[in-house]
Amino acid sequence: MLLRAAGVPVLEGVHCTTVGEALNAYDSLGSKVVAVKSQIHAGGRGKGTVFNPETKDVVMEGGVKIAFSKDEVNTYATNILGNLLVTIQTGDEGKIVNNLYIEAGCDIAHEYYLALLVDRDTKSVLIMASTEGGMDIEEVAEHTPELIHKVVVDANIGILGFQKRDLGMALGLSGAALKSFGKMLSSMYTMFCAEDCAMVEINPLVRTGADEMVALDAKISFDENAEFRHKNWDDLRDISEEEDTEIRAKETGLSYVKLDGNIGCLVNGAGLAMATMDVIKLYGGEPANFLDVGGGANEEQVKTAFSIILEDPNVKGILVNIFGGIMRCDIIARGVIAATEALSLQVPLVVRLAGTNVDEGKAILAASTLNIHPADDLAEGAQKIVALIGGGQ
Amino acid sequence: MAIWIEEDAKVLVQGITGKQGMFHADKMVEYGTQIVGGCTPGKGGQTVDLQGKAYPVWHSMTEAITATDADATVIYVPPPFAAEAIMEAADAFDSIKGEGVIVCITEGIPTLDMVKAVAYVENRPGVRLIGPNCPGIITPGAAGGAKIGIMPGHIHAKGRIGIVSKSGTLTYEAVAQTMSIDEGQSTCVGIGGDPVNGTGFIECLAAFENDPQTEAIIMIGEIGGNAEQEAAAWAAENVTKPIVGFVAGATAPPGKRMGHAGAIISGGKGTAEEKFEAFRQAGIACAMDPSELGKVLLESLKTAGLR
Repeated sequence: MLLRAAGVPVLEGVHCTTVGEALNAYDSLGSKVVAVKSQIHAGGRGKGTVFNPETKDVVMEGGVKIAFSKDEVNTYATNILGNLLVTIQTGDEGKIVNNLYIEAGCDIAHEYYLALLVDRDTKSVLIMASTEGGMDIEEVAEHTPELIHKVVVDANIGILGFQKRDLGMALGLSGAALKSFGKMLSSMYTMFCAEDCAMVEINPLVRTGADEMVALDAKISFDENAEFRHKNWDDLRDISEEEDTEIRAKETGLSYVKLDGNIGCLVNGAGLAMATMDVIKLYGGEPANFLDVGGGANEEQVKTAFSIILEDPNVKGILVNIFGGIMRCDIIARGVIAATEALSLQVPLVVRLAGTNVDEGKAILAASTLNIHPADDLAEGAQKIVALIGGGQ
Repeated sequence: MAIWIEEDAKVLVQGITGKQGMFHADKMVEYGTQIVGGCTPGKGGQTVDLQGKAYPVWHSMTEAITATDADATVIYVPPPFAAEAIMEAADAFDSIKGEGVIVCITEGIPTLDMVKAVAYVENRPGVRLIGPNCPGIITPGAAGGAKIGIMPGHIHAKGRIGIVSKSGTLTYEAVAQTMSIDEGQSTCVGIGGDPVNGTGFIECLAAFENDPQTEAIIMIGEIGGNAEQEAAAWAAENVTKPIVGFVAGATAPPGKRMGHAGAIISGGKGTAEEKFEAFRQAGIACAMDPSELGKVLLESLKTAGLR
């Protein structure tokens, strides 16, 4: 959709959510051969496996299928829609496929790989291309790195003609195909910047029999920091694929990631929040979440943070770890007390406070009649909460 | 001596009339930082009251640096305008003094804005950018000192340990750990948790190695990218002072952004395990728990004959 709008050649295709729509799409495309593609926000779909979400039985190998007739479209669409697709990128739990893309076939002369991404090492936009299209690029990078060609774009100049030619020639392109490739790179780089992408991956990129370069499949990710200048992103978002609590946390200015353990964590600062999880694990426990309340959280945010942690039925205890900088420990202490009262907290709670106004904060907690266990440092806090929930089980 | 920022450095505040800028400017003055004024386009000529004293505001960084001969600036400008604030400061420092330190605290700057800003700063070799998305830099003094950022000043004391970290609160944790074994800090640098930033680990390690006041270093990394691995390999060849390290995110799941924009394990790369291993290979003493940084540091100091 974005690629087409940016002027990158793509195959004709139709987005569908039902088998009926898929069959109509086959008719309207007028191509005998079509690809039936699962649309989820993860790669490796072609080599994935489709499971029945209830019985966990294998329905079909491959989340992207080539159909040579309307009957085959019917079979593949029925097998995929509403079922679970597990790929190397989804993890074992997989993702339910609610969307399909039916795409017209094309005459493929060769498949390539092309990606644009922000590279941390060069602090620039990097363009990577390979003749090994359709393959898992990480494997190519590991075993045959010489087959991956790169150019680094100077942010204040943009992509230059020789860079496009060098990259195209490295792929063995010439004539009309080289020209088509160069035009495509310009369009993609413009789109990459205009849309604040983090990565655009075209795999495969194909050269047709007529020497035209066409993007067959694409994966685009965006830079979340740039959301404020892209109102259109809301339309691209498939909310059903995101954790509901993670979205709600974000709306209240909290950063939350759900994990599989049973000790909830409430921490200020991303690094300290990760370290808190690590130390819980080090002392035999399992963290239930990552939660960063940020640098300037107020009482209300602390309360929201608690309610989000407690929504996870696995949570058997909570560790609060605050190193007050901008945030004052007395404010956190009051927030913790208000939240535990309002939510009538049933699980054990360990609170470790340090930094600005720590003595006032500790005094407030000590004066409360609530069952709050204080800790002086992170190790003590982690050991206490692990012991209180009865060890690491 | 310390690194990059001396105790008596003259500091400007960009975004000084905003809520965040004013709040932290006040805290910096309270700590003893020599704040010389601020910059907010459109509000030149006004003054801002910090700790009972009036400080001047300029329209532009060119005016502000010309008038004050500032050594450094700290940016509290909101994300949509922060990259331009960095470039304005870089241009002014470069053309007026040929040098200067820019500390950008702002979190949430679009990555492609930073790609441009970093390239712009790198074209001005006398100018150093620290951050963005970081707590800043602090050089504690015998009394007061230069606190440029948002860290709680009162937890620091002047000493001989240099600290470099991607994380804010984890840096405070490291500071508290040095204090727990009666050691102070030469300079603490928060380099920030964004994928594209200014000063990196290696530049900090090189500066600490060359700084006579610094006798040992604490380096704190986190998952994502390979800056820690590269820094460790560089340190093995180039740093003679003892280094103690910690990496956050051993329990972070792959593919999930852990708060910081750059803290993500992608394609199985950038894990904490990988980074700890690189640290060990380089002879860096690792703490597996940040509450043990003090203990590990003390051991390293003893081994080096510094205690």
